Amino acid sequence: MGEMEQMKKEAEALKTQIEAARKAVHDTDMASAAAGVAPAPQVQLKTRKTLKGHLAKIYAMHWSTDNRLMVSASQDGKLLIWDSHSGNKVNAVPLKSSWVMTCAYAPSGNLVASGGLDNMCTVYNLKTPVIKTVKELDAHTGYLSCARFLSDTEILTSSGDTTCALWDLETGKQKTVFLNHVGDCMCLSLSPDMNSFVSGACDSLAKLWDVRDGQCKQTFQGHTSDINAISFIPSGNAIITGSDDCTCKMYDIRADQEVICYQDAALNSGVTSLALSTSGRLIFAGYDDFNCNIWDSLKGEKVGVLSGHDNRVSCTGVPEDGMCVCTGSWDSFLKIWN
Amino acid sequence: MSSNSNLTTMKRTVEQLKLEASVDRIKVSQAAADLQQYCLQNASKDALLVGVPAASNPFREPRSCALL
Repeated sequence: MGEMEQMKKEAEALKTQIEAARKAVHDTDMASAAAGVAPAPQVQLKTRKTLKGHLAKIYAMHWSTDNRLMVSASQDGKLLIWDSHSGNKVNAVPLKSSWVMTCAYAPSGNLVASGGLDNMCTVYNLKTPVIKTVKELDAHTGYLSCARFLSDTEILTSSGDTTCALWDLETGKQKTVFLNHVGDCMCLSLSPDMNSFVSGACDSLAKLWDVRDGQCKQTFQGHTSDINAISFIPSGNAIITGSDDCTCKMYDIRADQEVICYQDAALNSGVTSLALSTSGRLIFAGYDDFNCNIWDSLKGEKVGVLSGHDNRVSCTGVPEDGMCVCTGSWDSFLKIWN
Repeated sequence: MSSNSNLTTMKRTVEQLKLEASVDRIKVSQAAADLQQYCLQNASKDALLVGVPAASNPFREPRSCALL
C-alpha cells in the first residue's frame, strides 16, 4: 500500500476514534439535563437609545471595557466612537478603505482597530490630540473578518485567507500564524483567561487554539454552513456559534462536542452575530431577517426577540457589566436595549 | 512536486488528528451541571435577566418632575 493510502486510512481511523470517544461521554444532552432548571423569564427589552450617525450599512461594533463607550464601523468609511449613555458621538475616525468588516476597542481604551476588504488591520490611537494611525498590519492575503486586542501590544485577527494571526503591535509583524481552517475565517473569540481563542470559518468548523504555541487543540463540527459568529461563554467552558445554516450551537470545550442546538423551524435566516448576557443564560443572536432572537442557553428555547431594525442585524454586543445589549444593522442604526 | 506536497499535507492532517484524538473528555452530564451552576450562581447579577430598575438605568432619560 502506498504511503498516501496508508495515511488516508490512518486519518479515517483517527476520525472514527474521535467520534467514538465523544459518543462514550455523551451520557445526556444539555436540554434534558436542564429539565429541572426553572425556565428563564420571557425577556422583554425596550430600545433605550437609537444611535444615528452612520450613512451606510453598519458591519461591526465593539464595547469599551468602561461599559460606556463603544466603536462602530460602517461602509460609509467611518469608525464612530459613541457615548452610549448620552447617545452622542465622541469621535469619528475616517478610514482609508470604506470596505470595513470589523472593529475592536482595546481593553485599555487607548486604541481601536478596523479592517476589511483591504486585507489589513489598521490600529488608531484615540488618546493623541488628533487621532493617529499607529500601525497598518499588512500580511493577510484575504479580507480581515475580525480583530480583537489582547492588550495595547498584541492583537488577534481572523481572515478570508483561512488563517488567524497574533500580531506584535510594536513591530507590526505577525508573531504567530494559526493554520488549519480550509475555509475563510469569519470570526474569533478570546477565552476569558486569554490563553486560548476560538475561530469560526466557512468550512463550517469551529477551532480552539492555544494563543502562545499556535496549535489547534480541538475542532468542533456540526454546522452545515459558514460560521459567522462565535463567542466564549463567561465561564470559559463552552462556546456558542452562529451560522448561515440558521442555527446557533453550544459546544462544550471539556466534553469536546456539541451539547445543544438553538433552532426553530420558523427561522430560515442565517445568524450574523451573537452576544451573551453576563451569567451566560441568555444568548442574543442577530439574524438576516432583521431580528435579534433571545435564547435560553440551558434549555434551548427562544425567550424573546428584539425587533426594530429595518434591515439585517449585522452585529451585537453586551458590555462587560451586562447592563444592556447593543444591536447594529444594515439600516445604519445602532440600538441599545435593556 | 504536487504529489510530495499532497503527502506533506496528509501527514500534517494525521498529526493534527492524533493531537485532537488525545484530548481528555469529561461527561456531558458533568459539563451540563457546571454550566447550570455558573448560570444560576450569577443569575441575580445578570441585568438583562433580572431587569434594571428605572432609577439606576444609565440608558434611560431621567424623569424630571415639574414643581408647580
